[in-house]
Amino acid sequence: MEFNEPAGQNIFDRATIVGKPHQRIEGPLKVTGTAPYAYERHDVVAGQLVGYPVGSTIAKGRITSIDASVARSAPGVVAVVTTLEIDPLPLGFLNVARLFGGNEVQHYHQAIAVVVAETLEQARAAAALVKVTYEQEKADFDLDAAFERLQGTGKPSTDVGDFDTAFANAPVTLDEMYRTPSHSHAMMEPHASIVDWSDGDRLTVWTSNQMINWNRGSLATTFGLDKEKVRVESPYVGGGFGGKLWLRADEVLAALGSRAARRPVKLALPRPFMMNNTTHRSATVQRIRLGATKDGKLTAIGHEVASHTLPGGRGEDATAQTPYFYAGANRRIIHHLVDMNLPESSDMRAPGEASGLMALEIAMDEMAEKLGIDPVRFRILNDTQLNPSDPKVPFSERHFVECLERGAEAFGWTNRNKTPGRKRDGTWLIGHGMAGAYRGGPTLDSGARVRLNAGRLVVETDMTDIGTGSYTIIAQTAAETMGLPMDAVEVRLGNSAYPVASGSGGQFGAASSTAGVYAACLALQRQIAKRLDVENPRFENGHVRAGNTVVSLAQVSADQELVAEDTMTFGDFKKSLLLATFGAHFVEVGVHAGTGEVRVRRMVAVCDAGRILNPVTARSQVIGGMAMGVGAALSEELATDLGRGFFVNHDLASYEVAVHADIPHQEVIFLDTTDASSTPLKAKGVGELGLCGVAAAVANAAYNATGIRVRDYPITLDKMIERLPAV
Amino acid sequence: MKAFSYERAANPAAAAARAAQVPGSKFVAGGTNLLDLMKLEIETPVHLIDVNGLGLDKIVETPEGGLRIGALVRNTDLAAHERVRRDYGVLTRALVAGASGQLRNKATTAGNLLQRTRCPYFYDTAQPCNKRTPGAGCAALGVGAFSRQLGIIGTSDACIATHPSDMAVALRALDAVVETVTSVGATRRIPLEEFYRLPGDTPERETVLMEGEIITAVTLPPPVGGRHAYYKARDRASYAFALVSVALVRQADGAGRVALGGVAPMPWRAAEADAELPNGAHAVMARLLHGARPTEENAFKITLAERTLAGMLAED
Ligand SMILES: Cc1cc2nc3c(=O)[nH]c(=O)nc-3n(C[C@H](O)[C@H](O)[C@H](O)COP(=O)(O)OP(=O)(O)OC[C@H]3O[C@@H](n4cnc5c(N)ncnc54)[C@H](O)[C@@H]3O)c2cc1C
Ligand code: SF4
Repeated sequence: MEFNEPAGQNIFDRATIVGKPHQRIEGPLKVTGTAPYAYERHDVVAGQLVGYPVGSTIAKGRITSIDASVARSAPGVVAVVTTLEIDPLPLGFLNVARLFGGNEVQHYHQAIAVVVAETLEQARAAAALVKVTYEQEKADFDLDAAFERLQGTGKPSTDVGDFDTAFANAPVTLDEMYRTPSHSHAMMEPHASIVDWSDGDRLTVWTSNQMINWNRGSLATTFGLDKEKVRVESPYVGGGFGGKLWLRADEVLAALGSRAARRPVKLALPRPFMMNNTTHRSATVQRIRLGATKDGKLTAIGHEVASHTLPGGRGEDATAQTPYFYAGANRRIIHHLVDMNLPESSDMRAPGEASGLMALEIAMDEMAEKLGIDPVRFRILNDTQLNPSDPKVPFSERHFVECLERGAEAFGWTNRNKTPGRKRDGTWLIGHGMAGAYRGGPTLDSGARVRLNAGRLVVETDMTDIGTGSYTIIAQTAAETMGLPMDAVEVRLGNSAYPVASGSGGQFGAASSTAGVYAACLALQRQIAKRLDVENPRFENGHVRAGNTVVSLAQVSADQELVAEDTMTFGDFKKSLLLATFGAHFVEVGVHAGTGEVRVRRMVAVCDAGRILNPVTARSQVIGGMAMGVGAALSEELATDLGRGFFVNHDLASYEVAVHADIPHQEVIFLDTTDASSTPLKAKGVGELGLCGVAAAVANAAYNATGIRVRDYPITLDKMIERLPAV
Repeated sequence: MKAFSYERAANPAAAAARAAQVPGSKFVAGGTNLLDLMKLEIETPVHLIDVNGLGLDKIVETPEGGLRIGALVRNTDLAAHERVRRDYGVLTRALVAGASGQLRNKATTAGNLLQRTRCPYFYDTAQPCNKRTPGAGCAALGVGAFSRQLGIIGTSDACIATHPSDMAVALRALDAVVETVTSVGATRRIPLEEFYRLPGDTPERETVLMEGEIITAVTLPPPVGGRHAYYKARDRASYAFALVSVALVRQADGAGRVALGGVAPMPWRAAEADAELPNGAHAVMARLLHGARPTEENAFKITLAERTLAGMLAED
C-alpha cells in the first residue's frame, strides 16, 4: 500500500484503542524474568558453547603476532580464532570499523580473537592467555586541535543568504564555542548473541538488534552468504539507543567461533567493550554565531562543528537542526568530519540534534539575555512555518510556539528566578532554565503479515521492540483496524521470517511500523470482504458488518486461517514538506553553593509529535529521554585518554548515567496534534524528541542559578567551583 | 578469572594460619570487590578462605563505653545500629553515602577497609600500573591521561590513586583501631592512622597487614560527642565515588576533627589541621592539604575540599 497523499478523516480519528493508554502487553513477561533475551535463550539450540572476545590494546597499528597456543590448550577450550587467520571481513551496512580479520588495528578493543569454551569462566580465563604483539603507530585524538585546523575551511552544507555580511552588520551578536563529550549508549543489556553456524552453511542468529533486515543483510555481506541462508531473531532488546542498529562483533565472533567449533556459540560483549569495541556518540566541538536585530529577530546563524569518526563514517552531525529550527535569512552551516582512531562513532539516540541542541539552545539562551528578551519569547519571535533554508517547503505541522506557551504555563515560568545567582533555598542556589526541542519525523517503508484464526489475530513483522512499546502499539493498531479487543491480538516481532518492517531507530519505528500493520490489516479486510462477497464492510466489536450481513471474525476464520501481508511505502509527496517534531523543556535546578554540584529539582516537557499512539508508552519514552538528558547535562562523558586513544571510564561504575536519585518529578505534556502527512495514523516519533534540548535546559538553569555560564559538557562542579561566590 | 580452590575457615586464628600457609590465598568476605577484581584478573588468588560464619558479625560495647564492630558486620547493619546512629553519626552518614543499598547489604567492615582503588587504569589490565604490576609504570601519569578522580596528596611518582572508601574516612575521624589476628595467632591493635601505607615506590603494598593476618574487628573509642556530618561531593546524587568527601565532628566550642576522602591513598587527617578548625575551612585546608601535588585535571579538589568544609561549617 502506498501512502502518497496526506491522510483524510479515517478510523484513527474516532479511535477507541489507538491513542488510549494501555500498559505494555509484554510487561508481565519482563517483570517475571521470562521474556527471552538473547543471552538467555538456552532452549533455542542444543550444545551451546561460550565465546569470549580478545580486544586490541592499542589504538592504531599492526598486529605482528598472536600466540594462542596456551589458550588453545587451556581447560575447556574448544576453538580459538584469531584475526590473523582470516582475511579482513567485508563491512556490513553503514559499518566503518573492521569487525574482524587481517592485521590492521583501527581502535582500542577492536576484536582480534575469540576463544570458545565449554563455560564462560573457561573462555574468559583462556582469553587472558592469548599473547599479542603489535607495531604501534602514532595517532592523534585531539578534537579541539582538529577544529582549530579546519575552522573556516570546507564546503558548507547550508549556505543561505550572506552570512558574513549579515553577522557583521547585526546590532547584537553572539560568537561562542561549545563542547560535548563522547557518549556511550550504556544500555542495560550488552551486545549479546547466540549463533549457530555449525555446518558452515546456514547461519542462525539469536541476538539483540534494532534492525533485523539490515542485520541479516550485513551478516550475508560479511560472510559472503546468500541472504536466504541467514536467519535472525531478536524478539526482545534490553535497550539499544542506536548502539544496536548495526552488526557488531558479538555476532561476528560467535559466528566464527561456531564455524570453528562446529557447535552453536553464545557470546556477550563484556562491559568495557560496550565503550571501546562498539559504537558511541562522537564528541563535538561547536562554534555558534548568532546575529539579531535589537527587537530579537535572528538575521544570521552560523554553526560550525567538528566530530570524530573512523574514515568513511558519519560522526555526530551536531548541525542537524540548524538549517530548520529557527527563522533567519542568512545562515552558514558546516560539519567537519575528523578521522580519528577512536572506536567507531555512530548513531546514538537523536544523532545530531541531541548534541547540536545541547549547544544551540545554550546559545539561544545567551542571545536572549543579550537582547534582554525572555528566552521563551525570543524563541517565539523566531518561529517559522517554512523551512528557513528553503522557504518553498512548509512544515507539514509545526506547533513549537504552543509547546513553549503550554510549557511556560505548566512550569510557572513567569515566577522564575529572573536574576542569575539571586534565588536561594538554604545552601542551594536555585535556577530555572528552558530550551526548545527539534527532531526530524522520518518514516521508512514497513511491512507486516496478519493471520486470523478462529477470531484471534496474530501480527508478524520483523519490527523490534527495544523497550519502546512496539508490541503494544502494534496490537492497538491491529485491534483498532480489525475491530477486535486487545486480548484477541498477539504480536510477534523481531524475526527475519516475518515481513520486513522499518525497525527501530531514528524515531521512525512507531509511526512506520504501525502504518505497515495497518496496511496488512486492510489487506486482510479486503480478503474477508471477498470471501463474504460484501462491499464496504465495517469491522466492529469482533464482527464484520456489511448491509444486512453480520458475521463474527471467529466465524469468518473458523475453518481456515486467513493470512494477509502488505508493506506501507511512503510516497514522494513528503519531499515537498518538512516533517519534524517539536518540544519545549523547562527545568529547575539547585546548585550547591559550596560545592557547585548541580541537582535537577523538577522538569516539564511538552511534545508536539503528531498523534500519540499510547500515552503510557510514549510518556515512558519521553521521561527516559529526559533522564538521559540529565545524564548528558551533568555527568555523562566518555573520558578520552589523549595519549593512548581510548575511553578510560569503560564500565558503568565510572561512566555515570543518571541514577534514580538524580531524577526528580517529571511532567510530560503531549499536544493534541496530528500530522496527516506522516502516516495514516497521523503519528510521528517521540522517543528521541524526549532527549533533544533537555541538557541545554539544565545548563541554562544552572547558569540562572549561579550566573556562571558553562559551555563545556558535562556541567560538573569543577567547571564552576573557582567562579562561585565565597561560601 | 583463574581457577581457584575454596575453603571455609573454622576460626580467625585458623584462617590466618591457613592464609600464611597457602601462598596466593585470600580471604573473601562480601566478595563485592574481590570477585569483580578476580573476574578481571586484577586479583588472581589461587585459594579463597571464606571468613563468613566465624562469628565476626557482632557489634558489642567495649568496657570503656566504645564499640567493637566485628569484621564481618555488613555495612547496612553497621549504619543502622542504634548506638552508631546515636553516638557515631558520622559513620552512619558515611556508610549510607557509599555504593548502593544492594552492595551495602553484602559489603563488610573489613572488606570495605581493604577495597582497592578505583583508578580506571588499575581496572584495565592492558594498561601499565605499578599497583597491579610493580615496576610496570603508571598509565595515570602518562601524557594526556585521565586523572580527574585521582589523588592530590600523599601520592608518589609511582602512583596517584586514592583509597575509595567512605566508611574509612569516618572511622579515621573517630580514631578507630583495627584489631587483627596474625598467622601465628597473635592479636594486634592497629590505629587506623597507622593502618594504611603511602604508595612511595611500592604502591602495591597498601596496608601494614602481614602475610595471612586477618582483621577481626574495628573498635571505636567512647563517643566524643559533638555534631557529626559527612558530605560527599560527587558527579551524581548516588552510586558514585567521592570527588572529595569530608567527615566532620565538631564540638560546641568550635574544636573538632576533619578527615578527607577522595584526595589521598588513605583517609586524610592531620592533628594540626584539626587544631585550625575554629579558624575556619581555609585555615584547616591550608594545613591538611599542605604539599598537595594535584594534576592539572584534579587541582579543583583543593578548592572543593575547602568549600565543602566551609559549607558544612556554615550550615552548623
Ligand atoms: C559499583 C560499586 C560502587 C561502590 N561505591 C562505593 C562508594 O561509593 N563508597 C565506598 O566506600 N565503597 C564503594 N564500593 C565498594 C564497597 O564498599 C566494597 O566493595 C565493599 O565494602 C567491600 O567489602 P566486601 O566485604 O565485599 O569485601 P571483599 O570483596 O570480600 O574483600 C575485599 C578485600 O578485603 C579482604 N578481606 C575481607 N575480609 C577480610 C578480613 N576479615 N581480614 C582481612 N582481609 C579481609 C579480601 O581478601 C579482599 O582483598 C562500591 C563498590 C561497587 C562495586
Ligand atoms: S595511579 Fe596507581 S593505580 Fe592508577 S595506574 Fe598509576 S599506579 Fe596504577
